[in-house]
This record gives sequence, C-alpha cells and structure tokens, in this order.
Amino acid sequence: MSRLYVARNPRVAARSLDGEMMIMSGRDSTLFTLNKTATILWQSADGTTPLDEIVEHRICTEFEVAPAVALQDAETVARELASHEILQISEEPIPPRNTVAGESR
Amino acid sequence: MSSLLAEMADKALKLNIPLSVQLDLTYRCNERCVHCYLDHDDHGEMTTAEIKHLMDEMADAGVFILTLSGGEIFLRKDFFDLLEHARRLMFCVKLKTNAVLIREREAARLRDLRVESIQISIYSHRPEVHDAITLIPGSLKRSLDAIRFLKSQGLKVIIANVLMTQNMQDYPSVRALAAELGVECTLDPTVTPMMDGNRSTVALGVEQSALRQVFRDTSLVGNVDEFCAIPPPAAENDLETIPCSAGHTACYVSPYGEVFPCVQFPLPTGNVRQQRFVDIWRHSEQMNDVRSIRLKDLTTCPSCSHAGTCTRCPGLAFMEGNMRGPSTQDCEKSFARTGIPSANMLAKKNAGASLRNANLVQIRALPTSVGTSPAGAIA
Repeated sequence: MSRLYVARNPRVAARSLDGEMMIMSGRDSTLFTLNKTATILWQSADGTTPLDEIVEHRICTEFEVAPAVALQDAETVARELASHEILQISEEPIPPRNTVAGESR
Repeated sequence: MSSLLAEMADKALKLNIPLSVQLDLTYRCNERCVHCYLDHDDHGEMTTAEIKHLMDEMADAGVFILTLSGGEIFLRKDFFDLLEHARRLMFCVKLKTNAVLIREREAARLRDLRVESIQISIYSHRPEVHDAITLIPGSLKRSLDAIRFLKSQGLKVIIANVLMTQNMQDYPSVRALAAELGVECTLDPTVTPMMDGNRSTVALGVEQSALRQVFRDTSLVGNVDEFCAIPPPAAENDLETIPCSAGHTACYVSPYGEVFPCVQFPLPTGNVRQQRFVDIWRHSEQMNDVRSIRLKDLTTCPSCSHAGTCTRCPGLAFMEGNMRGPSTQDCEKSFARTGIPSANMLAKKNAGASLRNANLVQIRALPTSVGTSPAGAIA
C-alpha cells in the first residue's frame, strides 16, 4: 500500500487559538476551525513525514484509538481538508513551495 | 463578521488574545488628503528587522488578522519583504492603500502572496472632486487603474468612501462605480481629529442635514423605519457590555513601535522597541484601564436614550478629553438617525442655556422584547 504525505497549504491564513487551529481558505476566505485531532494533523503536516507516522507518533499517543482506525479517520480528514485547499496530499513527499512556506503557530 | 469569526472573537476575548492588529508601516504618503489625521514626516520608522521581529511576536501572541496600513504602505521599499514575512507567519493580511503605486506587477505579487483584501480610498467618481481631496492631480485615475489590475488578478478589493461636505453628493455614483468594477464599497461619515489632537479636520465632515439624508437612503440602510426608529431602552446586560474591540481583541501599532488600543484611540500603552508586544498587551496599565470600562461606568451615556444602540467610539471620546465620556460625533450620528438628541447633547445645551434649541427633548421608546440595531452598511 502506498503512503500518503500531507503538507500545509501556504496559501491559507492560520493561527492556533486555545489549542485549536482557525484557518482561512486562500481560495475564498472561508473560515474553518479544526478540532484537536485535525489540529495535530495540520501541525504535523510538514510534507515529509508520512501520514501513518503522524498517526502513530502524534495521534495514537494522544488519544486512545486503534492505529488502523485512526489512520482511516486521518485519511478522511486529510482528504476533506485537501478539498478545501487547506492541506496538500500526495503519494510522494511534498517539497516546500518557492513562494512562502508557512510556519505553523 | 461571519458567525465563526464572531465565535473566534468571543473566544479571544475570554482568553485575552489580540486577534486583530493594525500596523502602520509608515506615515509618509504620496497623497495629501485634506482630512488626513496624520503628519507625513518620518520621525524614525521601525526598520525592516524591527518590524519582522514584531510580526514574530504578534504571531506568538495569537494575532490572526494583520492589517498593514499607513501613510502609504507602498512607499516602504521593503514592503514586499515585510508582506512575505507576514504571510510566512500565516497572518490573514489585509491592506489599506491609496493604490497609486500598484501596477500589474504589484497586483500579481499580491495575488501570489494571497492577501485577503485590499481597501482603497476613493472619494468621488469625478477626478475634479477626488483629486481636490487628495491634492494630487491624476490620483483618481491611478487608483481606479490599480483596482482593475487587482480585480484582474482575482483579488478582493474594497472601496472606502469617506463622506465629507466636499464629496457628499457623489456617494451614490461611487457605489455605482464600485458595482461596475465588481468590488465592495463602504461608506464612512466619520472624519477623525488629527492624532496630535488638532480638531480642524472634523469641520470637513458632513452636516446634520446631509447625515440625515444618508441615514434615510434605503439602498444603504434597508428598512428606514427600522433603522431610524426611536431606540429601545437599554437592557441591563447592555450596560455590562464592552464599547468595542479596542484593547479587548484588537490594537494598533504605529510606525515608531507605539502601541495604542486602536488607530482612532491615541492613548499610548507602551512601545515594542522597549517591551515585548505581548507584555504591553497583557500588562500595560493603560490597556487594562481601557479594558475595565463598561457602558454603565460612563459619565453621561448610561442615562441616554441611545445607550443600547449607540455606536459610541471610546477613541473619539478620548480625543474629546475623556475616554469614559461621550463621543459627540457619535451623538450627532444617533441624532441624525433618530431625530432624538443624546443625553450629552442635552447636557451641553442646558449648560449653554440656549433658548434657540429649547425643543430638544429625549423621547424613550416603550420596552419591547425585540431589539433593533443599526444596519452594517455604514461604518
């Protein structure tokens, strides 16, 4: 099975507010808030760490959840966020863009 | 404001986080607008490194919306360097500019950097009126060309139309022009005193009769009867509310690093050249004083008919001499809207004992369960 890589889309605006990310789409300025799990996913989305490793090392250590279930959920969330152009997903590592590489705070 | 953003603002208020900051990069300007509240000299602007460091501190403090303004921001040679840094920190960046220096190349760069919106001052659709306010011949054409460049890049543009006696009659045509260009348009009838306290600019503002006309324009306010209705009495919880976001979830930083509760509220609270931004935000005595004010604490306003619906600006009140006092400009707006003088206006009349205005009385509405609030089309 191929691995998935996720990267924050540098075109969005984002800030952590009390442990939850608020994110404004760069496409149409729609505002989203991410729950704690999605926030961990966002913060770990460096484009080089595979999604299964993020789930294993960042999500399963934080929440009591079976790794297979967590991975399935994380993939669903990642694809949902990608559909809003908040995350980029790829089966290859994603290099930082030349324009501006977003720092997650 | 979207409901989600309002929810975030509530959360930021509870957590004492400055969600939104206006940072003026310079007071220098290539226009000389007759109503401008700034001087245009450089008294020692922050350097590129200082501003980048401040942006880092603001991101760490939780600032999400960063409005870059001036002066004219494009006069800073490092503007795009600063903007890149701001976007690298993932701020939601809004710009305020006269756009005279924006051509195709600048518009494309702003698109690449995903600026959220660009607010551009347009005073009239007629060059002879607009240019007479900016005092720069050809400025209307340059600004309108820039709007077209920005629109062609898919960017969100907002025309800001400040109303004065000089351009009052042109606002319907400015709104029509905005519609034709496919951009938003906001109208602001408030001309502020200069930051040094000089109030000569205020005289340029529209007169009561003109303001009354604006407040009865259905294309701006919707239902005039509702908008101009006798205000309902203030509910008890209205008196516990905070006046506005200044010092609560928003603040302003000048090109010299001075921090104020708002661009329109020149109460110095600290300087980022001497202290960390977050320390000023959290611990400044002046900022905490501003934060402590509730409607019930004000000198005249709690007893006013307009207490529940007034858009009183604490900064304008401060510039009048008391941040816990009324803001006469807002009293005049409430009067123009409803025909009912504010408690402050009555007090002034009584102090002056003028018989000419003896017909000024306050009328109070009967209590109702449904409140009304002014529409949002007018700032």
